[in-house]
Amino acid sequence: MSTTGASLAADAADTVTEQPPVRRRGRRGRARDALLGYALIAPALVVFGAFVFYPFARNLYLGMYRTPPFPGLPKRYAAFDQYERILRSPEFLGSIRTTVLFVLYTVPPGIFLGILMAVLAHQRLRGIAIFRTLFSSTLATSTAVASVIFFTLLNPQVGLLTHYLGRDGKPSLLQEPRWALIAVAAVTVWQNLGLSFILMSAGLGAVPDELLEAAEIDGAGFWRRFRHVVVPMLSPMIFFAAVVGSIQSFQAFGQIDLLTQGGPLRATNLLVYATYDAVFRQNNEGKAAVLSVALFVITLLLTLVQLKVLERRVTYER
Amino acid sequence: MLLRYLLLAAVALVVVFPIYITVVNAFLNPGEIAHRPPYLWPRRFDFGAFGTAWSRGHLGRYLLNSLIVTTVIVAAQVATSVAAAYAFAFLRFPFRRTLFVVFLATMMIPFEITFFTNEQTIVHLGWYDSYLALTVPFLATGFGAFLVRQAFLSLPSALSDAASLDGAGHWRFATRVAIPLARPAIAALAVFSFFAAFNQYLWPLIVTKDERLRTVQIGLRYLRTSAVDQVNVTFAGTVLAILPLLVLLIVFQKQLVRGLTAGAVKG
Repeated sequence: MSTTGASLAADAADTVTEQPPVRRRGRRGRARDALLGYALIAPALVVFGAFVFYPFARNLYLGMYRTPPFPGLPKRYAAFDQYERILRSPEFLGSIRTTVLFVLYTVPPGIFLGILMAVLAHQRLRGIAIFRTLFSSTLATSTAVASVIFFTLLNPQVGLLTHYLGRDGKPSLLQEPRWALIAVAAVTVWQNLGLSFILMSAGLGAVPDELLEAAEIDGAGFWRRFRHVVVPMLSPMIFFAAVVGSIQSFQAFGQIDLLTQGGPLRATNLLVYATYDAVFRQNNEGKAAVLSVALFVITLLLTLVQLKVLERRVTYER
Repeated sequence: MLLRYLLLAAVALVVVFPIYITVVNAFLNPGEIAHRPPYLWPRRFDFGAFGTAWSRGHLGRYLLNSLIVTTVIVAAQVATSVAAAYAFAFLRFPFRRTLFVVFLATMMIPFEITFFTNEQTIVHLGWYDSYLALTVPFLATGFGAFLVRQAFLSLPSALSDAASLDGAGHWRFATRVAIPLARPAIAALAVFSFFAAFNQYLWPLIVTKDERLRTVQIGLRYLRTSAVDQVNVTFAGTVLAILPLLVLLIVFQKQLVRGLTAGAVKG
């Protein structure tokens, strides 16, 4: 789960023109209000300063210094050379490629399955509440829980999935360069099914029932209804889920650490894992800083795309 | 009709199967888990693996740590968010808008970008391997402040006007009117924070080494690697790690959904 900054910012832009705050009469009252205001936001500001803005600035700064090959030697100022060198390195480009693939493997399938589950659960049937609960059950799992479950189910000796996939005696899928990323993506999609279902159900709940029913009476088949009524009506929620999901997938770490450690042959070396690897295994904080800044730029771009589209409002009037 | 139920059941099966089989395997012994074809239901209800995971796998200790860390983070996030939201919604002071934008900007800098520079800060502060390291960076959240501020702003302005005309102080207005009326948003924030804090992985992994400080998520990492011949213990540990959130999910589903969809497009 991650926070949903982008669209919140868009909402905020709408509400900057807000109602008048409580007013106290007299200059002393206003001064006291101002003091109170600062006192109320100060705790949060201190935390943000120390653990959001300072480390971010330090990232930018460290990115300009080359880490010495041996500890103890002085750092060398490299200005933007280091950014250029690392951002052009095959390792970085490979990591970006892998990460983008991971996003493609996780986000569209996750959204599609979420819609499918939401549509199925959006029926007036006896006992439907049970199915809704079951569909959202993966919300109770964490990345670590999901990873450990599938790591064990894919175990070459005792794994149940190993057996069902007809791979008894063969190495785990997680060790096959061709399959590792897909396997990790599948675990991620499964873990997020609950979230995806909840989001799409919320979106579907906002669609007037008459619209769905009208399409039914028209005799439109399920797939046509799905494509021409459900998907367009859900488009704001799909868009939201796509941006949030992409940001989340760009930040994936736990499943890599628990399932593949970036391997085999760097086939799952996602950006955040590469950053972790650079700083904690290779002791190269300069490189880690550059990778972090790259991730920031990607997140920022995605957020800006979201803001841009939200401005135009993908909503269909109802 | 029957077809619909079959479809629903088929999808439910795919979604729930990994969790179901985890529970089943927690009751089997390692030999039975390796049996081919696999057993798809428990053969007896032997809680031995749970006991082993709890005591020798230290899951009890890890759950306690997770609970401590999560409770502190949730309580602090609610407090700092409500306080800041109150200031932004009901008080006037210079740079109010600029400061609010600063709060929003924190959402553009996710923790995955700052984790290693933050780790260095923690080491410098001498907080490595401590509850301080696990909690302090998360005591405030821009998302929370935003969420509660929106709730405060949606209250009818007549309420605050009446309060100020009344001469009622901010404390009374906040505790008797604003906070009670914003309770749904605050509850959504609390449940959302709980899930996020409880499930943290990257941060506890890099700022703790001491086994006594491990959270459940990190505990699972070691349960996974150390118990190859005790797969049933790994599965039992996983079940224990899911239980708290499963209970919360069932009780607070509405609040969680509200928190999760808070950022979505209005309407």
